Amino acid sequence: MSTPRQYKDLEPDEAYAFKLEDLEEDEMILNMGPQHPSTHGVLRIELKTDGEIVKDAQPHIGYLHRNFEKHAENIDYQGIIPFTDRLDYVGSMGNSLSFAFAGEKLMGIEVNERVQSIRVLTAELQRIASHLLALGTYGLDIGAFTPFLHAFREREKVLDLFEWLCGARLLYNFNWIGGVSHDLPDQWTDRVKVFLDQFEPVIDELHNLLSYNKIFTKRTASIGIIPPELAIGYALTGPNLRGSGIKWDTRKEDPYCGYEKYAFDVPVGQGRFGPIGSCWDRYYVRVEEMRQSVRILRQAIEKLPPEGDVHETVPKRVKPKPGEVYARTEAPRGELGFYIVSDGGLIPMRVKARSPCFVAMSIFREIAKGEMIADMVAIIGSLDIVVGEIDR
Amino acid sequence: MGLQRPALEAKISNLLSIPVVAGAAGALVVFALLPQIAELIREQLSANLSPTMAKLAATAIGVGAVVFLITQLPIFLIWWERKIAAHIQDRLGPMRVGWHGVLQSFADGMKLLFKEDIIADGADRFLFKLAPFLVVMGVFSAFAVLPWADGLVISDLNIGVLYVIAITSFGAIGILMAGWASNNKYALYGGMRSAAQMVSYEIPTAIIILSVVVQVGSLNLQDIIAAQQGGFGDFQNWFIFRAWGLNVIGFVSFFICGLAETNRNPFDIPEAESELVAGYHTEYSGMRFALFFLAEYGAMFFVAGVAVVLFLGGWSGPVFSGPLVFFLKILAIVFVQMWIRWTLPRLRVDQMMALCWKYLIPIAFVVLMGAAVLQVSGG
Repeated sequence: MSTPRQYKDLEPDEAYAFKLEDLEEDEMILNMGPQHPSTHGVLRIELKTDGEIVKDAQPHIGYLHRNFEKHAENIDYQGIIPFTDRLDYVGSMGNSLSFAFAGEKLMGIEVNERVQSIRVLTAELQRIASHLLALGTYGLDIGAFTPFLHAFREREKVLDLFEWLCGARLLYNFNWIGGVSHDLPDQWTDRVKVFLDQFEPVIDELHNLLSYNKIFTKRTASIGIIPPELAIGYALTGPNLRGSGIKWDTRKEDPYCGYEKYAFDVPVGQGRFGPIGSCWDRYYVRVEEMRQSVRILRQAIEKLPPEGDVHETVPKRVKPKPGEVYARTEAPRGELGFYIVSDGGLIPMRVKARSPCFVAMSIFREIAKGEMIADMVAIIGSLDIVVGEIDR
Repeated sequence: MGLQRPALEAKISNLLSIPVVAGAAGALVVFALLPQIAELIREQLSANLSPTMAKLAATAIGVGAVVFLITQLPIFLIWWERKIAAHIQDRLGPMRVGWHGVLQSFADGMKLLFKEDIIADGADRFLFKLAPFLVVMGVFSAFAVLPWADGLVISDLNIGVLYVIAITSFGAIGILMAGWASNNKYALYGGMRSAAQMVSYEIPTAIIILSVVVQVGSLNLQDIIAAQQGGFGDFQNWFIFRAWGLNVIGFVSFFICGLAETNRNPFDIPEAESELVAGYHTEYSGMRFALFFLAEYGAMFFVAGVAVVLFLGGWSGPVFSGPLVFFLKILAIVFVQMWIRWTLPRLRVDQMMALCWKYLIPIAFVVLMGAAVLQVSGG
């Protein structure tokens, strides 16, 4: 067996998609990343630049590859859940929910109402936390430092709630197949209510501080345009798709966890400051989604069944019958799906994650051509990629 | 709860901050009494030395004092900026080193001093070393014409305004040099952006300055201040309040150009950390990096100083006159600069150019024409 070729063994020009001899006279290859302040992780983008204009951009992925899918073929079902937490490490609740949902579908388990409500609560809180991070760092990419810290201040409060709930602040291992790890502590929902009451005005504050800022709209509202057809063609999901004006949300179209019981709107991009599907539209959809999450959370607290064992349906041994299943949920970054093939054993035969960030990254080259270097950062930020989920 | 500081460490750092705070307070007293001190020194010198030597010695003392001021000022300005940023962002900022972190800048300076001086592989070693000095030199020499009080200026040039315009462009050469010599594409981008930016923004700056010169009829900074003295409360005659609001437009345009010339947000495009890592000083470390930092804060202070001289009456302030008033006015402008930095996002390079060529230059010309027309018609 030969050892696989390492990155360091590559010939110098093999590491580049653009060849020096293909360049025009004024063109230059600029290597953006993997160590760069605004690539949101270790993403490497190779830019073919003519002065400030980017002629072509080729993303190179794989710097954060952790072999998730192969790992998953060697661990029992419940053991995979901590690994799913690490895919999109700023939206862990959504990842484990998706995998647990797939596992339950495979096992034919119906979780009780209380577990469903708890999952909605945690998933929507996670959406708020994840969007706050996305919006804060987006401001940072555009050069506004202050909204970043204001957003992080609020995110901390969500993480405090999660810490109280399950002891972890980032990677929770909370959603198990058949239930959740901990029941809600006493008065937890009251604290969530307190948080929601003080958080709702912060959304307007964020609008005043950043969203309608003249410089910000000028920077973002005319770049990174994804027309609706292109968005569907590339199978974008989540805020990136809705930013292009398409009203599609897995929570509405294919409800899970009882989302059909909650009243909420699906905000879509309207092209207020420029063409529809711009970076600003995607940003705006995220801000408005936080408002909808607050609405859902309030209803979920109202409807939370007072009694119920959260471990009621957790199986002693997850040993599904042979078969295959695909389950999808609306993670903060879009439709996250898990495809599991079981051969009837204790460990899955194959696990495939359908990651929204990977799909969003694939459109990057298409929309980056012809923009400027400063816009690269704005486009990456508006797609809201997490490299952990792209590379897996 | 949280990390507790060792009591001894806290005590020592609090004790150490006493001389710093006392020094800052002392500096304000010195500023207030600067004309008297200068008079005393001048008397002593002329009594003991020949006239030529006395003038030479007075200049040397003045240069020493200004250099001391500019090198010490960033220590305060950096701490101040970090505090302002922190409070805008709902946090405390430096709190550990000294009382409310007043020793933070000293600690950072010490760290930079001890850091390894790295010169990148393939860099042009000579230009790489030269560049920070050019940048600092441009800023330091500009202070030569800044008038601190009546008769208190290192060099009372009769073409002071021209000197200001000329010497501040020096920084662009240094920054371009730094960008080129680093052998780094990000640094090169930063250098090119900076050169383009500084060259463009010098045009509206110069035209706005010219509009004031037209109203005074002199290129001498002392004459400009003298023309603004008197009036109600000693501030009625400031240029910003004259010419029916024309000079307000001039002042705002000058302030915007000043932000651009000092590479401050929203014009910190040459060092846009989210795009170009650190721009032209990507490859610099240790003391050479500190020199760029020093120059930036010095330039901020100087541009604010020129704005005060041109539009806000220089050292002849409301209620009382003197170097202290001048200093406080400059600090007020610097505060606005910092406030803007921590509030606004950054412009894109083409938008920045469009702002200069499409808006600021026409506005500057209108202000100049208006000032000229007023001057001619008003006699």
